[in-house]
Order: sequence, then structure tokens, then C-alpha cells
Amino acid sequence: MSDTITATSGDAPPRAPRGPRRRRFKPGRNLLPYALVVPALIAELAIHIVPMLVGAWMSLLHLTQFFIRNWTAAPYGGLTNYRIAVDTNGPVGKDLLHSFFITVAVTVLVVAGAWLFGLAAAVFLQKPFRGRGTLRTLFLVPYALPVFTAVITWRFMFQRDSGMVNNVLSDELHLVHGHPFWLLGGNSFAALVIIHIWRLWPFAFLTLTAGLQSVPGDLYEAAAIDGAGFVRRLRSVTLPLLRPVNRVLLLVLFLWTFNDFNVPYILFDQPPANADMISIHIYNASFITWNFGLGSAMSVLLLAFLLIVTLGYLGAGRLRSRHA
Amino acid sequence: MRESSAVRWARRVVLTLLTVFTVLPLYVMVVSSIKPLQDVQGAFTWIPTHVTFRPFIDMWQTVPLGRYFVNSLIVALCATVCSVTIAIFTGYAVSRYRFAGRGTFMTVVLSTQMFPGILFLLPLFLIFVNIDRYTGITLYGSRLGLIITYLTFALPFSIWLIAGYFDTIPRELDEAARVDGAGPMRTLFSVLLPVAAPGIVAVAIYAFMTAWGEVLFASVLTDQSTRTLAVGLREYANQAQVYWNEVMAASVVISLPVVVGFLALQKFLVHGLTAGAVKS
Repeated sequence: MSDTITATSGDAPPRAPRGPRRRRFKPGRNLLPYALVVPALIAELAIHIVPMLVGAWMSLLHLTQFFIRNWTAAPYGGLTNYRIAVDTNGPVGKDLLHSFFITVAVTVLVVAGAWLFGLAAAVFLQKPFRGRGTLRTLFLVPYALPVFTAVITWRFMFQRDSGMVNNVLSDELHLVHGHPFWLLGGNSFAALVIIHIWRLWPFAFLTLTAGLQSVPGDLYEAAAIDGAGFVRRLRSVTLPLLRPVNRVLLLVLFLWTFNDFNVPYILFDQPPANADMISIHIYNASFITWNFGLGSAMSVLLLAFLLIVTLGYLGAGRLRSRHA
Repeated sequence: MRESSAVRWARRVVLTLLTVFTVLPLYVMVVSSIKPLQDVQGAFTWIPTHVTFRPFIDMWQTVPLGRYFVNSLIVALCATVCSVTIAIFTGYAVSRYRFAGRGTFMTVVLSTQMFPGILFLLPLFLIFVNIDRYTGITLYGSRLGLIITYLTFALPFSIWLIAGYFDTIPRELDEAARVDGAGPMRTLFSVLLPVAAPGIVAVAIYAFMTAWGEVLFASVLTDQSTRTLAVGLREYANQAQVYWNEVMAASVVISLPVVVGFLALQKFLVHGLTAGAVKS
């Protein structure tokens, strides 16, 4: 910007001849950033971009176990795999749709729960008091813990006879009768939601805490002087100011939960129907039948869904902020 | 600003509940790791009948935990070193140069972060198997394949964080170094890196945590000899007779280094992890 201003102001010497001469003396100067970026570019191309394109190609092939070692020989099938995946009358499409709905339900509950917990903790830890630092650190531990050790601990807690959950609910608090199964049947859905929230809410807390730090303190003072109570301040000062943070946070929470593979994979030997999240569903469908073509078609459909939701969400947010 | 007692009580109740929710699994993990086997097989008890450290010794025999540990360590360390090195160069370019395609590059790199892993898994598996077939380079079932894969997982966020740290360093420092006759690389290594050191360490911890905790790709791209902890620990729990005290002891040992590292550097990490969300 400033370059253009000096060039047109008249006093500066004409710039055009200067550029090429300089470049000839220092050819490294302009190539250097590209050279610096090349390793990252190669790595991303090799592990993300190229496999993604290969995956899109695979979804059009009859790629069954006979062709894994020689996949170029797999016959072209056009959109057959997609037709099978979305045919809700067939067994494959029916299971995929079921898994999709389970995933949506888990995601909605987890995003809402994690966000609420995170907001509550961030708001109540806003004012300094003794022990605040300790609580802040403690609340981050679930996020720092490797996911598989956390989930395996929950798996132990949800054991029918030796687990802590049944011991507390049934034997100590007498809230439920007998020892229900948590990792089989309908309860597995609840187990999945609880574990996901436990793992994710610290991230919401972290993000919202940082967001609150950018809220100027005198805004609260002013609101308090105007007679606004706690709930009123939360609704008219805190939440509107957190809107930009929330926009990104909710999207991240959504994507992480929707795509999650780790929790159901470690929690169950084989996920029950009520806990059959989409990633592990595609995984099992692909590696049990070794039909990679069909698995790739399902993955592409998943990506398409996520892209539509993400772009729609970001677009709606932009539209709203323009009208505001 | 005075608080009503209702708010004060709400704060106490909410924070207590959240603390209990957070601590329960941590407590179960630690307390079960020092229980004898009959204690974890019967009904759950809050206090162990007697404390034993046997699980921490026995766990190495029940499954080849030592081998898993070494595998995880090698894979995570190599992936961390590689991705941090690459991220430093890339972050330097992104922060200090306005080159054509810079915006597109960052958008593409960052958006790979949102795609579901399952999308890359099948093609990557197939590509690895076929690379082996045609070139003899073993990526499938080897640590190398896993290292390459993991380094790209941490890369987008690492680049973004490091570029962010470099952005906070005033350009006058670069220019002073230039005047003293330092070239661009010299400037990076002797001026920017020392200043950005805490940020680099935070990024390294992030990269290590990413590789240390990855499950999906490890479950497919490893075999018996290269299996990592993430998959090995699940095997433990899938056996007919589960030694839960040993599983919990192993979990404590596996978690401790990362949790301590994270908490020690949380200030830098938290800053970096949340900067983006706050900025946008």
C-alpha cells in the first residue's frame, strides 16, 4: 500500500526499472519463501490431498478384497457404490442411515453439553478467588490426557459388576434398581455422550475463558450500575461479546464429535447399534468386508455432508453479522 | 459489583459438580492402579483394602507393554521433531514473506484439519500397500509410515501457531540482523528462534500429544511388532480376563508425561490454542 502511494506522489524516482535489476542480483530472495514451504506442501499433498483424490476415485471402483494389492485392476463401477450406500431399503444403506442419525444425536447433545459446562465454568471462574488457579488447571486435565487412557478408564467405570458407575447409582444412591449394562444395548448411547462431554468441555472452557478476557471489565461495572443482575449481565453483555468466539468454538466442537472414532473404538469391542458412530461404522464396514470401494463412497458422502454444513454455517454467520 | 447470595451459591454448586465430574475418572484410574486384583474384580470400593504396587510391575509381562511403549515413543518423538522442524521453516515463510499463493496455501493446509480421518485412512492404506509392492519401501506396518502420517497431523496447527508467534516478534529485530550482515536463515536461527523458544516448545508438546494419543491410523497401519500403546492398551481390555488394575497402572504411566508436560507449559499452549478463536 505505502509503495503505491510513494510511487504516485511524484517525488520518488520511477520504480519500474528498479525491480528487475534488483531481482537479478538477489534471485534467492523471491524463491526462498517457496523453498521454505515445499516440505510442508509435500507432506500435506502426500498424506492428505492425494489420498483424498485417490479416495474419490476408489469410490467409483468395485474395489473388493481381491484387488487390494492390485487396485488398478479393479473394475470401474460408476456410481454403483453410492447407489448402495444411499439405498435405505437395502441393508447397507439402512445401517448407514441409522449410524448417521445416532451420530447427529450424539453430536447435538455433546456440543450443547460441552458448551454449557464450558460457559458455566468460564463465567464462574471469571472473578478472582482463592483456589481459582488450581481449578483452572484441574479442568484442563481431561483435555491433556491421552484419549485412549481416558476412555479405557471410563470403560472400567462402566463395567456392570466391578464398575464405579453402577456401584454409585445402584448400591450407594439407590437411584437405579439392579446393575444395568452400560456398554451393551440402549445405555451405551448415554455412556458415549457422557464420555465425549467429559473430554470436550475443557476445550470449550479454555476457549471461552480466553474470550472473556477480552471483555472489558468496565462494561460489567456500567451494567451493574444500571441495575443489571447476574443473569441480565450474562445475557446482554457476556453472551453478545462472546459471539465471535462461539461461532468458531461450536463449529470445532461439532466437527470433532461428528468425526470422532476414538471413543467408540476403545469403549467397545464392537459398538452396539445405539453407539454406532459414523466413523467407526465406515471403518467396520470397510475392514470387515474389505469392500474399500463402498467404504470410500461412504467417506465421500460424509465429507460432502460436513462441507455443506460447515459452509452453510459460516455463510449464515456472515449474513447475520452483516445485517446486525 | 456485589454478588447476590443466589449467585454465590450457584457458583459453589456448579464448580463443585464440575470438579467431581472431572476428578472421578482420574481418581478411579489412580486408586485402581494400586489395588490388588481381587479388589478390581469385585464390587468397586473407594479405598483399596490394601495398597500394592504390583500392578506397576506385572503390567509389563501381561502384554508386551514395553515394546508398545518403545514404539509409541519412537514414533511420537520422530513425528514431533520432523513436524516442528518443517513448521518452523513454513511458519517463517508465512510470517515474514508475502509470496503469491500464501493465503491459498494456509487455507488448504488448515482445512485438512477438519476432514474426517476415515476419509484418508482407506486410500492411505491402499497407497502404502502398493508402494511396498512396487518399490519395496515398507510403509504399511512400519514405524516410518506412521511417523510420516503423524507429522502431517500436527503440521497445520503447528505452522499456524509458529507463524503466530513469529508475528508477535517485531520486524525491527530482523532488520537489525540484516544490517549486521545476517542472511534470512541466519536471522531465523539466531534472532527469531531464541525469542520464539517457548512457543516452539509448546508446539512440540502439542505435536507429541497428537502422535502419542492417535488411535485410528495406528489401528490399521501397524502390525504386531510396531503396535503402539494406543492400540496395545485396547487389546488389554479386550482379553477374556481383564486385569483392570494393570490397565489402570499402565494408563497412569502413559498419561503422566503428557499431562505434566501440558500443565507445565499450559500458559504458552493455552495462549496459542485460543488465539485463533479470539482473533477471528
